[in-house]
Amino acid sequence: MLAKRIISCLDVKDGRVVKGKRFNDLTDVDDPVNLAVFYNNEGADELVFYDITASFEKRNIFFNVVEKIAESINIPFTVGGGIKTLEDFRTALLKGADKVSINSAAVRNPEIIKSAAKKFGSQCVVLSMDVKKTDSGNYKVYIDGGRVETDFYALEWAKLGESLGAGEIVLNSIDCDGIKNGYDYEITSLISENVNIPVVASGGAGNMEHFEKVFKYGKADAALSASIFHYGDIKINDLKEYLYCKGVNIRRV
Amino acid sequence: MIAIIDYGAGNLKNVFRAMKNIGFDAKITSKVNDINDSRAIVLPGVGAFKGAINNLNNMGIVDCIKENAKKGKVILGICLGLQLFYDVSYEDGCHRGLGILKGEVVRFDGKLKVPHMGWNSLIINREDDISKGINSEDYVYFVHSYYVKPMDFNEVVLYSDYGTKVPALIRKDNIIGMQFHPEKSGRVGSILLNNFKELIK
Repeated sequence: MLAKRIISCLDVKDGRVVKGKRFNDLTDVDDPVNLAVFYNNEGADELVFYDITASFEKRNIFFNVVEKIAESINIPFTVGGGIKTLEDFRTALLKGADKVSINSAAVRNPEIIKSAAKKFGSQCVVLSMDVKKTDSGNYKVYIDGGRVETDFYALEWAKLGESLGAGEIVLNSIDCDGIKNGYDYEITSLISENVNIPVVASGGAGNMEHFEKVFKYGKADAALSASIFHYGDIKINDLKEYLYCKGVNIRRV
Repeated sequence: MIAIIDYGAGNLKNVFRAMKNIGFDAKITSKVNDINDSRAIVLPGVGAFKGAINNLNNMGIVDCIKENAKKGKVILGICLGLQLFYDVSYEDGCHRGLGILKGEVVRFDGKLKVPHMGWNSLIINREDDISKGINSEDYVYFVHSYYVKPMDFNEVVLYSDYGTKVPALIRKDNIIGMQFHPEKSGRVGSILLNNFKELIK
């Protein structure tokens, strides 16, 4: 049976790993290549690296890091952050990324999903979306690091992304991010049950039970977390053992 | 030298590195001479069937691959590379493959999500040297929307369950195919690549 995936995510700024709460208050944590190898050996099923470098000139630092990561691990990894053009996709893939995730730029120009899928295959096009519950109880899509509300409803955008050729969705809950109170099971299950591509839940993991719930109730195909893993709150090995005992189909290593 | 065939699709560096890591002298190439001189051939796979087979045809290396296969040289197809071995694929129309294995390539249909993406466990169909050291319930990493339906299921060494029996590791004599990505499958992938190496010695 296909296993539920545990994904460790690393935000990279100027070639170093950082993690913020609600996209703010960044603190320097560690070297991305070291951490990649650590998670590779610890049993992570996949890794994600988001480049949050602001300046365009420093982008090549990130891509050099991507190349080093590809040389150092033998599990799949996704690269995202600042991906705007087909050329960005090409660069990331040539440096060794397995998948490339696109967020704000896809909202501004949805056709990029289609052209990337056509050029490089759906399997490497990941639609990353930041969602937030509005006062009316609906979930809307936000861009630019959660600062700008768009006209898209979450499910509408997920379905459009799928129809344009995205091969996977990473669903980030702005409300839950960094709070460690659990994933947003409501929107995760809504999206996961209404699209036919894998959905990765992101934002809010604080303990092992949260993972169990996001698989069982959130219907997620994978669960992503950052700080909980690299501040050592939860060890991936222990988490997998826990989920296995709870009857979740998991790859133990 | 191991010839990793470059037909203009995607990044071959990860496969190249995996071959180097198990101790092979590998070369990424699309030259007939290199392919003929190689000890074994790897046909990697990224992208769509139609584009891949068109590129192989346009580069004039289809006959060369077939002749090497016929002569008994070990050929490893990975992911799309495995699918290219078959007679026909229904991805985006209907396209003829290399025809060195009998069967067809079809899309997943059913209730399960496509692509079949992630780590799936292996089920042993039969024993073979290529799968030495692999146990049922070992996991490998898949990402694909189409899968092979071999005419003879005995050619399947390992398969996975994804609503249907998905051939994962195929072997017919010198022809070996892996639907998953061994270079991305951690320890289990390394075992299988080492087994591949042993076959060539």
